Amino acid sequence: MKRRDFIRHSAVAAAGLTVFPRPELLHGVLSPVAHGPVVQDAARRELASRALEAARSAGADWADIRINTNRNQGISTRERRITGVSDNVTSGFGVRVLVDGTWGFAASGNVTNDEVVRVARQAVTQARANRAAQREPVRLAPADVEPNGVWRSPIRTDPFEIPIEDKVEYLFAANEAALTVSGSRFVNSSMFFLREDKFYGNSEGTFTDQTIYRAYPRMTVTAVSSDGADFQSRASTDIAPRALGWEHVTDSDMLGLAPMFAEEAVEKLSARSVDPGEYDLVLLPTHLWLTLHEAIAHPTELDRIMGFEANYAGTSFIYPLEDYLGTFRYGPEFMNVVGERSSPGALSTVGWDDEGVAPRDYHIIRDGVLNDLQTTREQALWLEDWYRSQGREARSHGNSYAQSWADVQFQRMPNINLEPYPDRDVSLEELIGDIDRGIIIDGDGSFSIDQQRYNAQFGGQTFREIRNGRVEGMLKDVAYQIQTPQFWNAMDLCGGPSTYFMGGAFGDGKGQPAQSNAISHGCPATRHRNITVINTARSV
Amino acid sequence: MAFLSESEARELTRRVLALSQADHCRVNISSDMEGNTRFAQNQMSTSGDIQNTTLTVNSAFGLQVASSTTNRFDDASLEQVVRTSEALARLAPEDREYMGELGAQAYPDSRSYYESTANLEPDVRARAIAEVTEQSVAEDLISTGFLTHRSGASCVATSAGLFAYTTDSRANFTTTIRTPDGTGSGWAGTSVNDWNDLRTGELGSIAVQKAIQSREPRDVEPGRWTVVMEPTAVGNMVNLMMNSLSARAADEGRSFFSSPGGGNKIGEQFVDSRVTIHSDPEDRRIHSTPFNNEGLPNRRTVWVQDGVLQELNYDRYWAEQNGREPTGFPSGWYMAGGSDTLEEMIASTERGLLLTRFWYIRGVDPRTILFTGLTRDGTFLIENGRISHPVKNLRWNETPIFMLNNIEMMGAPVRISSGESAGLTPTVIVPPLKVRDFAFTSTSDAI
Repeated sequence: MKRRDFIRHSAVAAAGLTVFPRPELLHGVLSPVAHGPVVQDAARRELASRALEAARSAGADWADIRINTNRNQGISTRERRITGVSDNVTSGFGVRVLVDGTWGFAASGNVTNDEVVRVARQAVTQARANRAAQREPVRLAPADVEPNGVWRSPIRTDPFEIPIEDKVEYLFAANEAALTVSGSRFVNSSMFFLREDKFYGNSEGTFTDQTIYRAYPRMTVTAVSSDGADFQSRASTDIAPRALGWEHVTDSDMLGLAPMFAEEAVEKLSARSVDPGEYDLVLLPTHLWLTLHEAIAHPTELDRIMGFEANYAGTSFIYPLEDYLGTFRYGPEFMNVVGERSSPGALSTVGWDDEGVAPRDYHIIRDGVLNDLQTTREQALWLEDWYRSQGREARSHGNSYAQSWADVQFQRMPNINLEPYPDRDVSLEELIGDIDRGIIIDGDGSFSIDQQRYNAQFGGQTFREIRNGRVEGMLKDVAYQIQTPQFWNAMDLCGGPSTYFMGGAFGDGKGQPAQSNAISHGCPATRHRNITVINTARSV
Repeated sequence: MAFLSESEARELTRRVLALSQADHCRVNISSDMEGNTRFAQNQMSTSGDIQNTTLTVNSAFGLQVASSTTNRFDDASLEQVVRTSEALARLAPEDREYMGELGAQAYPDSRSYYESTANLEPDVRARAIAEVTEQSVAEDLISTGFLTHRSGASCVATSAGLFAYTTDSRANFTTTIRTPDGTGSGWAGTSVNDWNDLRTGELGSIAVQKAIQSREPRDVEPGRWTVVMEPTAVGNMVNLMMNSLSARAADEGRSFFSSPGGGNKIGEQFVDSRVTIHSDPEDRRIHSTPFNNEGLPNRRTVWVQDGVLQELNYDRYWAEQNGREPTGFPSGWYMAGGSDTLEEMIASTERGLLLTRFWYIRGVDPRTILFTGLTRDGTFLIENGRISHPVKNLRWNETPIFMLNNIEMMGAPVRISSGESAGLTPTVIVPPLKVRDFAFTSTSDAI
């Protein structure tokens, strides 16, 4: 059902609510058609073997190489004007080595027989330079060898085969649909597509060839008050980026939703400024995915917990591990959070990670209790004691990723999802019906969280007041402030599968040099009791 | 390997322009050598040395414009990148605001390239980091940090006869040192163009002292506080205003710099009369680039003079529409200061907070340039003119506009590491400030 149809027919609409996610992307709903290679690229395999041999000859105990070609296309518009059309390709490779338990990494955009040898040797030289200060050598957890792996994103239509005119026409039509709404004044819209061909090889004999697609249509509508004293925007955060093809543009129906985005931007101008205080919150998954990302996905990164990101992304409140793993109550009994790289169309979904490991689905939170953490091969061994106590082997979850050939791979979050309510399909009406004084929040907005992931503040796209179980008028200037453990334990109910939606982002930053990860987060709508809401308006 | 020389860049642009069949063509080249080393738990963690050159072709037929980028330079790849940009341009709708390509320009004398940085090897990075890790180990602390550098060339050439080439080198070093019990954390960092100007050992010493002094912080209540802001925290805030200087957004009524009755605030006093901010490629302290992506010269620009808005950021189209000179983008900026020292600011404060730096700064309301973020890695209570003890970090919701209206004291400007991720950003030089009524909205247990 299209979102607008749903809204028209829903009992929620009668309550004044014009927001609801589309139930989608639970496992197995897509029917993929293959694009990309079905056999490995022989030339790349030859280059990879050459580099690995050069690294070993130079003294590396272990080595791997990624050879990538990344093509992206971007089209941007504002109102009735094109503001950018670009089509970009970058190719290159990165060689990573271990010398006496110390890492080295070098990369080049010049993909030739001679250059892979030079760069492999350079990586070994660098590892030797770093070895002088070594205190604890790096060890790698065992991994299965995959000698001939091939994997492709499950897309239906290659976005690079769609003519540019069709893409521009779609954006202009969406802009026009937004501008027909009285009071909407500016529209920015864009589409972004990516195809990444990623060849991986390591000195243990794993060789994989993967083709990954991503698609992201988006728009922002801005309304300006007639006296020029106020302006308000509504971004299309209901449309998430996905690891899909052109079909994601048509299926997500930005064209159909554009008038609603415009109407809500205009409505914000006359919305009531929120009274600060404590409210019960109903968070739609179009909003909640980002709170989940910041307050669950980031603090359960093992490298962060162990201090490796302390200079930028920070550490985690989850420390020391023995006080948390298996005992820390993150939230209520019905709270289950899963890390996975297998959901079709989700941004982190792959066949193998960037160190050749086939990812596994795993429970980060099971029945409300912290159960596991995100790992690479290096990091899985740091949890040996915990896994042994659980009767499990220490193996990587397959959470290694690098944003490009030029960047070294490290631990990055997979898709991390809050599962729907386990026992029945709890509806949005049920979540709302029990609230005397609350706010329902749609779409992600402003976000900020401290470096140990305790204190966070989130805005949104639209805010509507809930009074006595009914959704009433729009509010503005809303942000809520949380302390992570209290916030999840204040969740007294979450929605069922019919409220589930997968949000996500391209630009999740971590590491130095900062790298962007692309991840999806699926979740149902949730209800949280007595959350602090502040008013963000300031008069100049 | 090295980045492209001027003659190599000229030859490459000549090959591309010769292939062009468009009415107008522009070629941009970026050619870089980058190196970095990270450290954690008092030893190196990961590092990288990267070599890359990218070339972007911008093609226009009349007002139809598109671009394509590659990093391969064999004849077939160059032909392909030119044809791709041309094919896209032919299919694109007309861009009525396309201004064509610039002819030859005169550029300011900007010098920001240093061989000392260009020749940096991994073993030199390792030794510079050891100056920090050794201090940390000696004090039984845990050091982490990041050293990064890039040297390279930027080049612009057009079918209208413009050719511009410049070189630049930059390095950035930051370190966060924590106590093993997790109750203390200290930070220090800066950026340079000339590697010889970087003193990692001195920065390490500052971070060590802050880590030790910040142990076991106590709660303070959120609310309006007088704050003594170290330069990094000041730069974090003023950057937010400098990124909001679009003339067009102001004229369209969707910016703090919009005037309520239409137009913008140029000519109005909007902050304290001691605030003056400028950009200047020929100012040797700022080390900014001499031209922008279109090959337009980056000229000296005074953005704020004595608290009065002097200039907004005009691109070529919006400048022509409004009868003004285009500004390019401020590639580095300098905020003038005063003669007060940090010690004098603390000594003059009856009750206030000393702030080292900010974290996770995100926009909340563009109407007032209101942002939120948190203090981090060295937050202290000042009582009766002295630092009395460390305090827990606080979340703020504040705008640089209010902050620059509430200045009490100003110190001497210094160069900072201005990006949250400690990457290689344009130069920011700012003074420490003492400011009243800075708005904190909650506290955090994060160390």
